[in-house]
Amino acid sequence: MHTDDRSAMRAKFAPPTEAPRHSGVSRRSLLATAALLITTSGATAKVVTKVLPWRPNEAYPVTPVVPGGWLFFTADEAAVVDAIVDRLIPADELGPGAKESGVTTFIDRQLTGPYGGHDWLYMTGPFPANPLPTQGLQSPLTPRQQYRQGLAALAAYCKANFGGRGFVDLSADEKDKLLAGMEKGDIKFEGFASRMLFNAVHANTMEGFFADPIYGGNKDMAGWKLIGFPGVRYDFRDVIDNPNKPYTLPPVSLQGQPAWGVR
Amino acid sequence: MTRRLPRKDAVIVGLGWTGSIMALELARSGLDVVAIERGPWRDTATDFNIGTAPDELRYAVRHDIFLRTRQETLTMRNNSSQTALPIRRWGSFLPGNGVGGAGSHWNGQTWRFLPDDFRLRSHMVERYGEGIMPEGHQIQDWPMSYDELEPFYDKFEYVAGISGKAGNIKGQVQPGGNPFEGARERDYPTPPMKQGYSQELFTKAAKEMGLHPFPRPSANLSAAYTNPYGCSMAPCTYCGFCERFGCSNYSKSSPQTCVLPALVREPNFEARTECEVTKVQLSRDGKTATGVVYVDANGEEWEQPADLVLLCAYGLFNVRLMLLSGIGKPYDASTGEGVVGRNYAYQTGSGATAFFDNVNFNPFAAAGSLGAALDDYNSDNFDHGPHGFVGGASITNAYTNGRPIQYRPTPRGTPNWGSAWKKAVRETYQRVTNVGAQGSVMSYRANYLDLDPTYKDQLGRPLMRMTFDFQPNEIKMANWMAERCEAIAKAMGAKTTQINRLNTPWNVVPYQSTHNTGGTVAGTDPKTSVLNRYLQSWDVPNVFVMGASTFPQNAGYNPTGTVGALTYWALDAIQKKYLKSPGALVQQ
Ligand SMILES: Cc1cc2nc3c(=O)[nH]c(=O)nc-3n(C[C@H](O)[C@H](O)[C@H](O)COP(=O)(O)OP(=O)(O)OC[C@H]3O[C@@H](n4cnc5c(N)ncnc54)[C@H](O)[C@@H]3O)c2cc1C
Ligand code: SF4
Repeated sequence: MHTDDRSAMRAKFAPPTEAPRHSGVSRRSLLATAALLITTSGATAKVVTKVLPWRPNEAYPVTPVVPGGWLFFTADEAAVVDAIVDRLIPADELGPGAKESGVTTFIDRQLTGPYGGHDWLYMTGPFPANPLPTQGLQSPLTPRQQYRQGLAALAAYCKANFGGRGFVDLSADEKDKLLAGMEKGDIKFEGFASRMLFNAVHANTMEGFFADPIYGGNKDMAGWKLIGFPGVRYDFRDVIDNPNKPYTLPPVSLQGQPAWGVR
Repeated sequence: MTRRLPRKDAVIVGLGWTGSIMALELARSGLDVVAIERGPWRDTATDFNIGTAPDELRYAVRHDIFLRTRQETLTMRNNSSQTALPIRRWGSFLPGNGVGGAGSHWNGQTWRFLPDDFRLRSHMVERYGEGIMPEGHQIQDWPMSYDELEPFYDKFEYVAGISGKAGNIKGQVQPGGNPFEGARERDYPTPPMKQGYSQELFTKAAKEMGLHPFPRPSANLSAAYTNPYGCSMAPCTYCGFCERFGCSNYSKSSPQTCVLPALVREPNFEARTECEVTKVQLSRDGKTATGVVYVDANGEEWEQPADLVLLCAYGLFNVRLMLLSGIGKPYDASTGEGVVGRNYAYQTGSGATAFFDNVNFNPFAAAGSLGAALDDYNSDNFDHGPHGFVGGASITNAYTNGRPIQYRPTPRGTPNWGSAWKKAVRETYQRVTNVGAQGSVMSYRANYLDLDPTYKDQLGRPLMRMTFDFQPNEIKMANWMAERCEAIAKAMGAKTTQINRLNTPWNVVPYQSTHNTGGTVAGTDPKTSVLNRYLQSWDVPNVFVMGASTFPQNAGYNPTGTVGALTYWALDAIQKKYLKSPGALVQQ
């Protein structure tokens, strides 16, 4: 599959109003999911016989996120997300918080990829109004739609309830109270479940703060340093050999770090 | 238009653990074998590369190499009075996709079931009387015994290179192993994994309580090993990127490390990947399978004629293919009649979380099967008389990973965000451990699989519908186990403990285990089973079904050791009996 097929996929899964500006979908990831979804001309089955079908660089690496600008968020949306994640994981005496760690960039880039459109999920209706709590995700809204509609509803709520001020203008205390109300579902937005927005931002914030920095968050591995996770060093036999000893080496990410050389 | 391909001796649906073992052995028996796999080709060198493998977001959270629900999913409800809805995002369990199947991203906890597990119904009734059997149950004996399976357990363990310590060799109890296990012919092929500090505490505490801890048998290899197929493996580095990931180190037994390198060299084997089998094709009288129909990546349909059809598509998807193909009578929960979809079962999880002071558990130094376990409360290893439930659990203290998106426990009552959360996460990470009980689930009339009336897949075929909930027997058992776990956690010296009871109703959101069993149960009576003792369809004898869908009910262990043993058991019958004289191996 080549670039053309990728654009076909994008066209298929992303409604024009929220077209991602970069796909983040690679050849292999398409193959893994889309056997039945894509129509291309050419080869049919992949046939393997007698030898391993090894091709160099098949294990597609993740394209590192380059911070700067927004691919999905508007500047206003990004400012609000920045302000929310800053309350969820604040900078304090224990170190940087989500905002300083690039979590908003992480979320922005995730929303432009297959995750943002639930491209890999079963999204066929009907979507009943009252699913059982045990039945999990049952909303037809994709993460992109959740952010777009949810942030708009939050903006309207703030305007109406805080004398015209936006979320970013609120005091820390006001922000925390509002977020706590959204978390519980006590705060009622017009036409959107406040809890859905909270849950989306909360989950993505935790992902961004603790995922490999290659995705744009967890800058300088701040999340990993907070708890003492050494990252992707991939060999801890010496740790097993030395039970109950503090681990002192700095973390390492997928892109490598000067610390690779220390050991 | 369906195009017809040249005939093959055997067609295998799915190239996971069971499919690749079947393919290799049948190709070596001289058969012309084709395996059809719905996902992409995957092998260690190309797909689980060291520079890309340890990526928690991509694999563990976004499910990069799992089956995607857009391609196939099922609907679920807790009981038959509810409306089932599709599982849109996997949670409770995580089916595999692609060459290697779930065997690429499993943990590697490799158990044998206990001798009593194979004749559970008879054993319980003999010891306690009918009265102990739970209401609405459909518990039944397996059609083969532990002793019959033993050589095949051994075979699978030596192919996978399992690291462990035998507890019973030829009836002699071995120090340091599991004294409750069935007699084995010889020890594991590789020594047990090294354990961490938490397991040291667990082992000591359990011994002091008169229990019998031992290192958990593991497909994360403790030592370099070359298996009988000539495939080589390297020692595990305790990297902690095991479950949900492919191992880039050739250390985790999987079809890719243990079978495929030998399989692809077989000249009469061919794999066709990115092709989804849609049904087994039957002769006009419905008594013989003529092959399978599949759809390739272009949406084009093909018929692959074959003399022998092996369903190796993972338990759940075997059941769906049987239902869609019309093999065997579907189970009807309202009448209790029919068999396909009957006796679906799962597993319970309960236990205790233990918070310590001043320790460094280093949870990131971990592996899918690193852990110490005990079987004192499993199966019927303890007197069930006073407790009024059937079944049991293996109890384990383990570190499978310390990956921080998904693993950052905090004490109950900690806020979910803010500075107080941040402080708690930091303080807890190094000082928390868990004693967990993985428990059996019995089979019940109320828990089953059938076809959904509303939701369809990409090809317009009905999704399978799962109707499942934990029943009172399981709730009682799991919560009793949680108390045993808490007692051990306290004896380990925890400053505080938290008990984790079984949450009901069963919920699809949190990961529990991919240990789905039943639906194409093996047995001795065609009225209560889909397959005979050789895992051969009663109705269509040239169809054999591999995987945990064959279990009559579930035990307190992970399934794959038994799935592997059953595969070699069925192969033995196919090679020694069926190929010489094709037809039903057991007369009805
Ligand atoms: C996260 C995780 C952790 C696990 N940990 C453990 C553990 O520690 N211990 C343990 O014992 N077990 C564990 N398991 C379970 C274990 O992986 C399975 O028991 C085992 O892989 C089953 O082997 P199988 O051959 O039956 O199925 P799979 O390995 O799943 O293989 C089935 C194959 O069939 C293919 N297929 C399905 N439908 C079709 C179709 N229609 N057409 C073509 N191809 C098809 C699939 O793509 C797949 O490749 C775990 C599973 C998961 C997901
Ligand atoms: S923990 Fe061991 S077996 Fe698991 S992925 Fe890491 S090296 Fe491989």
